[in-house]
Amino acid sequence: MGEPSAGPAVGADEWVARQAGRREYLPSWLGAAQRADERLGPWSWWAKLAFVGLVALSLPLLGIGPFQIQVGIDTLVLAMLAVGLNICVGWTGLLDLGYIAFFGVGAYGFAVLSSSQINLHWADYFSMPVVMIAAALLGLLVGLPTRRLIGDYLAVVTLFLGQIFGDVVLNDARGVLGGTNGIVGIDPVHGIGTIGSNEGYYYLLLFLLIATMAVLRLLETSRTGRAWRAVREDPLAADSMTIPVTRVRIMAFMFGAMVAALTGSIYASQQISVFPGNFDISVLILVYAALILGGTGSIAGAVTGALVLNIVYDGLLRNPTYSGYIFYGLIVLTLVVKLRPWRRLAAVLGATAVLGVIAHAAVGAVWPAAVAGGPQSGGWIASVIRDWVIVPSSPQTLGRFAFVLLVCLVIGLVQAKGWWRTALLVPTLYVASIAWEAILISPSEVAVTRNIMLGVIVIVIMISRPQGIFGARRVETAT
Amino acid sequence: MTSAAEMPGPEPVGDGDLSRVPVLALDGLSLRFGGLAALTGLDLAVYDGEIVSLIGPNGAGKSTVFNVITGVYRPSAGRVLFAGRPIDGLAPHHIARLGIGRTFQTLRLFLNMSVLENVLAATYGRTRATPVESILRLPWARREERAARAVASEVLSFFGQRLAGYRWDQPAYSLSYANRRRLEIARALATRPRLLLLDEPAAGMNPSETREITQLIGRLRDELGLAILVIEHDMHVVAGCSDRVVALDHGVKIAEGDFDLVASHPSVIEAYLGRDPEALAEGE
Repeated sequence: MGEPSAGPAVGADEWVARQAGRREYLPSWLGAAQRADERLGPWSWWAKLAFVGLVALSLPLLGIGPFQIQVGIDTLVLAMLAVGLNICVGWTGLLDLGYIAFFGVGAYGFAVLSSSQINLHWADYFSMPVVMIAAALLGLLVGLPTRRLIGDYLAVVTLFLGQIFGDVVLNDARGVLGGTNGIVGIDPVHGIGTIGSNEGYYYLLLFLLIATMAVLRLLETSRTGRAWRAVREDPLAADSMTIPVTRVRIMAFMFGAMVAALTGSIYASQQISVFPGNFDISVLILVYAALILGGTGSIAGAVTGALVLNIVYDGLLRNPTYSGYIFYGLIVLTLVVKLRPWRRLAAVLGATAVLGVIAHAAVGAVWPAAVAGGPQSGGWIASVIRDWVIVPSSPQTLGRFAFVLLVCLVIGLVQAKGWWRTALLVPTLYVASIAWEAILISPSEVAVTRNIMLGVIVIVIMISRPQGIFGARRVETAT
Repeated sequence: MTSAAEMPGPEPVGDGDLSRVPVLALDGLSLRFGGLAALTGLDLAVYDGEIVSLIGPNGAGKSTVFNVITGVYRPSAGRVLFAGRPIDGLAPHHIARLGIGRTFQTLRLFLNMSVLENVLAATYGRTRATPVESILRLPWARREERAARAVASEVLSFFGQRLAGYRWDQPAYSLSYANRRRLEIARALATRPRLLLLDEPAAGMNPSETREITQLIGRLRDELGLAILVIEHDMHVVAGCSDRVVALDHGVKIAEGDFDLVASHPSVIEAYLGRDPEALAEGE
């Protein structure tokens, strides 16, 4: 920082006081970490990147299986896409709904140039730059006609332009793009040495993600990055402050397109095949969700959002045991955070435990078949709650009733006030557990439950941090 | 401090005696929005090192003049000459780069950027590094960035403790209203203008802040040698800093001269207060 920053903070205002106050709230070791972080100053971002990179680099060495590696690859792909989307959406403030087409162009471009499709088999160090440049030119092509549009108008037009990609692929008369059959048999990445394993792709994608993050960080703190953000804040003021708004916007489109195309080409070679369905709106929504969850405008946020979203959704929620850990973990965590004082929390948890034990014993004594099912989730939680939760030998019917009852109880809980709410919490928790063990986690329903759980997690995160995990709080600016 | 001289100033224009050629000349400027004449045949000249105030009742067309000069609107007729060179029809960023800096009546800061970034963003037009050069942090890109920061610290130090260093990393939205006005001026200065357009710099300020801003306008002229065109409703500011005052009403210039002359001019009084009913009766 510059020279005249020394001296007492005369008239230290509310903002300064709040910043100082926030630091004092932290417990000692966190405060120490924060002070160390502040000493690093502008290098702090790079230190964190290096640390996270090293952790990610060592993950495959821990002996994780092929499924986890595949989840890791998908996560890295999503993170790359989110980081690229952040250029347009987070920094420049352009609501670009055609972004996924650039991903598709990258994948299809690589698939055509490096496969038997038209027998080109270009080396990847040749075809990847070609694909990236082509995507950048396409970005220019999208940016030029939309240069005067902002907000939802731009969104509609880019959505339409993005849809053209799918139509072109599906209606390609000469069959170069394969139509609905897609393109199969794409060459693996074979620049320096052929990458034959998924571990290899994991490392390649990790390297590219870190490189992309570094490049974009350098760009963010340069005149270009400042111009992007200035255009987001107020295009007219930016124009009056010597910033050529149209050129700066198109630059954002081109950089975003290049990142998406690079990701697409790696994705194509790792998948060995590309299909039109890989690049539809649902993928776009996932990328947006990752970016918004992590915090628009932040590189670290985009990556974190992708990490949370994909690891939770694909890695953990598929597995009933992990899903159970997340379900119970979320409930307990929410109670610990929200229920004050501690005595009330202890009372609720104790009462729920007692209610379960009594109910289980009573029902078991009257009608043994009604508790014969046992919890359907695995892991240590199942053994803990075996004699607590009521699950009949054929749990479907009870599960459905419990689910409906749970919905009613939650509505009642929201309406109730004060003491009643605390009291109502006890049966709600118990019924939630029954619904979970009896039906939500059963093999036939787990795919649906996965989506519900993801929705709940996203809602919880967005309520507690509306600006996203790493996003900075922003004020609205009138444009 | 690295020398701010590395940042190129306004492009040198003209070759003759600069004192003869006005920095800004409006020549029969008219602007129509459909049937509405916002400006009609406006002539105005601002010379180097001169402070000219533009006054007039609400809706007189004062901010419209600024918007035409800075290229937001294109004039329907007439010319805008900057140092003898026609600039009407150029894009705002091009005009700004030639050396016209401005502030806005309704503040238009980059609210979610830091104070320092607001000022740095305005150095865009006077820096050259391409994105690739910035990414590689090539020597000239670094030099340019250092120079831009020197400019930023220079223009911010103009405001002393008001925009002192500890505020530089605060988001602009955390600033008080008066400080936002100051930051807008600092941002305009970072474009290295030769002519500065200030749109109601004292609006919303208390009397002592108003005195401060009046002195500041004088300092901008004395220390930076700027020509300044200022729109202001506060007559203390107008009286305190102007070399010349121009009064507008309904897009037409109704008076021009020093403050006392314009302030006592019958058309100006009429524009602000309406016509004296007795005089009106006599006139009929």
